[in-house]
Amino acid sequence: MRPRLSLPKPHRRGFLTAAAGLLGVSALGGCERFAASPTGRRALKAGEDANMFVQRLLLTPASLAKEFPDSQISPWFKPNGTIDPPDRAYKALAARSFEGFKLRVDGLVERPQDLSLADLRALPARTQTTRHDCVEGWSAIGKWTGVPLAEVLQRAGLKPNARYIVFHCADTMEYAAADENEEAETDKTANPDMEARPEGAENQASDSQAAGSEAPGAEAEEAQGTPIRYYESIDLTDAYHPQTILAYDLNGKALPVSNGAPLRLRVERQLGYKQAKYVMRVEVTEALKGIGEGGGGYWEDRGYEWYAGI
Amino acid sequence: METVRRRWMFRHPLLIRLAHWINVVCLAILLMSGLQIFNAHPALYWGSASTFDRPFVAITNDQRDDGTPRGILYVAGQTFDTTGVLGLSNLNGQQAGRAFPSWATLPAHQDLATGRRWHFLFAWAFVINGLIYLLYGIGTGQLRRRLIPDGDQMRGFGSSIREHLTLHFPEGDEAKRYNVLQKLSYLIVVAVLLPLMVLTGLAMSPGVNAVVPLPDLFGGRQSARTVHFIVTNLLVLFVIVHVLLVLLSGVANNMRSMITGWFVIERRKLPAGSGESR
Repeated sequence: MRPRLSLPKPHRRGFLTAAAGLLGVSALGGCERFAASPTGRRALKAGEDANMFVQRLLLTPASLAKEFPDSQISPWFKPNGTIDPPDRAYKALAARSFEGFKLRVDGLVERPQDLSLADLRALPARTQTTRHDCVEGWSAIGKWTGVPLAEVLQRAGLKPNARYIVFHCADTMEYAAADENEEAETDKTANPDMEARPEGAENQASDSQAAGSEAPGAEAEEAQGTPIRYYESIDLTDAYHPQTILAYDLNGKALPVSNGAPLRLRVERQLGYKQAKYVMRVEVTEALKGIGEGGGGYWEDRGYEWYAGI
Repeated sequence: METVRRRWMFRHPLLIRLAHWINVVCLAILLMSGLQIFNAHPALYWGSASTFDRPFVAITNDQRDDGTPRGILYVAGQTFDTTGVLGLSNLNGQQAGRAFPSWATLPAHQDLATGRRWHFLFAWAFVINGLIYLLYGIGTGQLRRRLIPDGDQMRGFGSSIREHLTLHFPEGDEAKRYNVLQKLSYLIVVAVLLPLMVLTGLAMSPGVNAVVPLPDLFGGRQSARTVHFIVTNLLVLFVIVHVLLVLLSGVANNMRSMITGWFVIERRKLPAGSGESR
């Protein structure tokens, strides 16, 4: 006969429960330390890689995001992130109804372009009523009209080494402060466990751009160093998808400032933060290395997935 | 004087034990990172799009008449004061407005990006683990033997409920198989709730939606998100009852069997002459 454990006494049961609890708590502490380490970050990224691999395997250029009947359009298309860019240059453009606006298309292209809104409206247009899925979890349905990105890229002509399309936007998210490192050091000593962050300083990617509370005011613009404006990127697979458009109309009217006027990207098979608002420049590149911190977008450089298909 | 005879029985094959514990880790991380993700927009809706001013469920906070803050849970028109747990809870010694408290989320502080990474990595681990379990379980007949109630068990449904309510659990030969309530609840978890979690999870993916219109199965993406949340609650309820019954029906025997595979069957022998031996 095999050796057997004696029957549990009450204190033993309590001990087991306590031990399990303790193990759970220390495991969670371990989880957080693991996530913060370089190995942990790489491991956690494996999920994103797997998501992209499988979705790319299944998605073809003909796989379209669902298009809805107009009757399902949300009465209010929730503006999120930046809703009123503080930048003077942008405000000046907006004041003249974007009359002087020119979309710059450059980088690895044969023929750099400067396209006014009239030029863009003269190109073939696509209208699609789609569901916008924010990374936070909510959805809104809107009818977008714009020029397929493929049309614009075709005009510019991609060079053979072109791989990514980068979108540079007008809205300042924050300022790269000169004394950033020093500040970080102070923070670390104050909160060694890195948990006591103020609620306002939290990582919150929303619809596309910033979480409003930190949006810098226009008057502060000069004082604070180099502005970091919103940026995003997609690869050629998504760039040439028929539903990838630079939208200038929402629900049959010119795009309002709160939703990204005068031009907003729509990449319908990905989440909201990929749908860059206030697009000023389209840059074609070979890699994402030189863009921001190399993650491919403002939120990507702050921990969010570059491939936002889930 | 009655005597108790113990017989050893090999109950859980290695693969099922491994799958069970991997599942424990996966579901714990999926739950906590899921609550982190929920906290980014703590409201649920029905349909394709969000009806922001008319949520089905919302966890938020407001102020009482005397100006003190309170956490509230709103469900289908009903408001509950949940201060301290939902809507308003302690974060590093200070009251913070957050839907689920920091002890329930991964990471503890608000960090949607990291919560998503945990969630997707362990969703993959969960799905792969689950597929191996299902393939093995169906291939070897273990699943049918373990989870489908036998005919005689269905007829004893009522007495099984009575046994559970009075905490008298089967002994002897009857303890060799799962009882009918056990089989049915495991079956519902394995065949209904867990697959529903995967389907509603995938239904929230705009990429997957372009391949399979999964949200239509649930009445829209926001409905799928709501079902994802409701099924989470059912799974938490299952785990609470499951752990409770493991504790009440012989914790050492149960734990040993799920760790080593060996389970003890107890057989009560009544004094000679009483006629019956079970």
